[in-house]
Amino acid sequence: MSAKQTLVKAINAAGLPAFEPVVKLAFMDEPRVQMRKIGLYIGVPILAFGLFLALWGAVAKSVVTKYGTLPTPGEVWHEASNLYTAHNLAREEERKYYVELAEKTAKQKTEASELRVKAATAATPEEKTAIEKRAARLEGLVEKAALKKYSGSPTYLDQIFTSLKTVFTGFLIASAIAVPLGIVCGLSKTFMAAVTPMIQIFKPVSPLAWLPIVMIIVGAMYTTDPSVAWFEKSFLTSAITVALCSLWPTLINTALGVSSIDKDFLNVARVLKLGWFEKVWRIVIPASLPLIFTGLRLSLSVGWMVLIAAEMLAQNPGLGKFVWDMFQNGSSQTLSQIMVAVFTIGIIGFMLDRIMIVFQKAVSFEAVVA
Amino acid sequence: MTNILELKGVSKGYGENQHRSEVLHDVNLTIRDGEFIAIVGFSGSGKTTLISLLAGLLLSDTGSVTMRGNTITGPGPERGVVFQNYSLLPWLTAFQNVKLAVDSVFPLWSSAQRKEHVEKYMNMVSLGHAMHKRPGELSGGMRQRVSVARALAMSPQILLLDEPLSALDALTRGTLQSEIARIWEQDKKTVVLITNDVDEAILLADRIIPLRPGPRATLGPEFAVNLARPRDRKELNHNEEFKRIRNTVTKYLLDAAATQKSAAPVAREIRLPDVKPIDLRLTTA
Repeated sequence: MSAKQTLVKAINAAGLPAFEPVVKLAFMDEPRVQMRKIGLYIGVPILAFGLFLALWGAVAKSVVTKYGTLPTPGEVWHEASNLYTAHNLAREEERKYYVELAEKTAKQKTEASELRVKAATAATPEEKTAIEKRAARLEGLVEKAALKKYSGSPTYLDQIFTSLKTVFTGFLIASAIAVPLGIVCGLSKTFMAAVTPMIQIFKPVSPLAWLPIVMIIVGAMYTTDPSVAWFEKSFLTSAITVALCSLWPTLINTALGVSSIDKDFLNVARVLKLGWFEKVWRIVIPASLPLIFTGLRLSLSVGWMVLIAAEMLAQNPGLGKFVWDMFQNGSSQTLSQIMVAVFTIGIIGFMLDRIMIVFQKAVSFEAVVA
Repeated sequence: MTNILELKGVSKGYGENQHRSEVLHDVNLTIRDGEFIAIVGFSGSGKTTLISLLAGLLLSDTGSVTMRGNTITGPGPERGVVFQNYSLLPWLTAFQNVKLAVDSVFPLWSSAQRKEHVEKYMNMVSLGHAMHKRPGELSGGMRQRVSVARALAMSPQILLLDEPLSALDALTRGTLQSEIARIWEQDKKTVVLITNDVDEAILLADRIIPLRPGPRATLGPEFAVNLARPRDRKELNHNEEFKRIRNTVTKYLLDAAATQKSAAPVAREIRLPDVKPIDLRLTTA
């Protein structure tokens, strides 16, 4: 395979077909056609976005609120870099804190060992105990210092990271429930009939309705001592809420995928006399993977949307809380900070979707079957 | 020769009571060990239902389907089926498709033994070079070869071919016909071929049995093909015996279709709803 074909294939596998003409142009493959395609798939979107920004900039100053006028794109960009600088500053602070802490403990350590030496040569037993006491106190401090954690407030980037961690946890919980359940639904008409009403009733429920229930239940059940707990309560609450709202697309698509398997594939399983487990593992799951992944992709985007709402309402750390805090601050930067969050949420959502498309493409075989 | 498969008074239909339509009616067939028989019939005459009964994918409503005296209650690897639409698993390579069958039929073999077995059959259908391609990357003819290799690799006692070549173009069809003949010569396995092509049936089979068109299709009288093997399709075109069999079988099928048509009850009259738009007016401008 030529380098060009390999690159084109990789680009398509990455779900970025818009860049295919760029690669082809680089290899001088029908340059006129490629230029036209680049214009259409890259030029036009960039132009449209520029137009949108210009329009926004023009209108912004005429919208006056109690926090000042609507920020222009430039102001939002400025705020984004402010948040990044603040993050770097906070990291610098943290680093300094740990350096100082390390210096302090090192000093205490040497002092303690000096005292120990002194104690060995002490003149009287009383003096010896006194010195040893001091040494022990210092050693205790050193031990404590090792457990000390920097306690600055989370930066914007920390919030993003927390949100991502939460959404993936929720998404994993949802998938772990929805995929097996969907497979059973697709295989058994009885089971499908049994759970359909429940799916229909719970599917349209808003995360805001689930959240209080989840908070109360998690509050009651998750009583592990916070110092040894794996997760914080708030993290668990958000993740479970995300799972509850995002499992439906996966469940429905998996059930659909499994129930609509080509009958010929099942005939193959019958002729080969595959056992139930083997049939599911070697025929049913691979055959329905494309639809399962369609469901997973929808679930992840639903989960991301739900997460922001859940964090905001439950005051769980993450981007949602950031938005809410900024709203409560009510400073002149409020609007631009929230807009930075809007773009962050949008861009991350877009990237998550792209990632899922890559997976979806990797498992789908339909495209190659003529 | 002993009998391997036997159908006695078999009928199969769908629906119940007055909605029931019988596809096959009173089908009797005896297949002997090691013979190649062809069942020829028009499309829609119940050929696929018949082979599904033989394979055990369907069970008969009345009558008995027995293999070496035992009633068939379901499909199994001792009856290898080559489906009309290949039925290859598109997410597996050609090799893996055959291997899946070998793995499940010979679970006690060592993995090296199984691999060798798969390769043997891939080479037998002349696909040694395309073993690691997925069905999507293979042509129709190649896919059908994989399907044949899969069926053969199960070492079935009987091979059931359900219109295996009907989806292929004429040239590929010819090549694959010769290939099937060659493979059959190698181990003389019992083969039941279902086809709508009389020439194909004569080229390959020892006996041709026409399936009278359905509904209530049944088998007609058998026609023996006593042409010497290996048969060459080019020479056959000038062979008097070949021409005679072709004419007889074709005539039989056409006559059967004609009587079926005249005997069939008049098709239900389709009543169109008596509606016309109420606001339709012709106006002059």
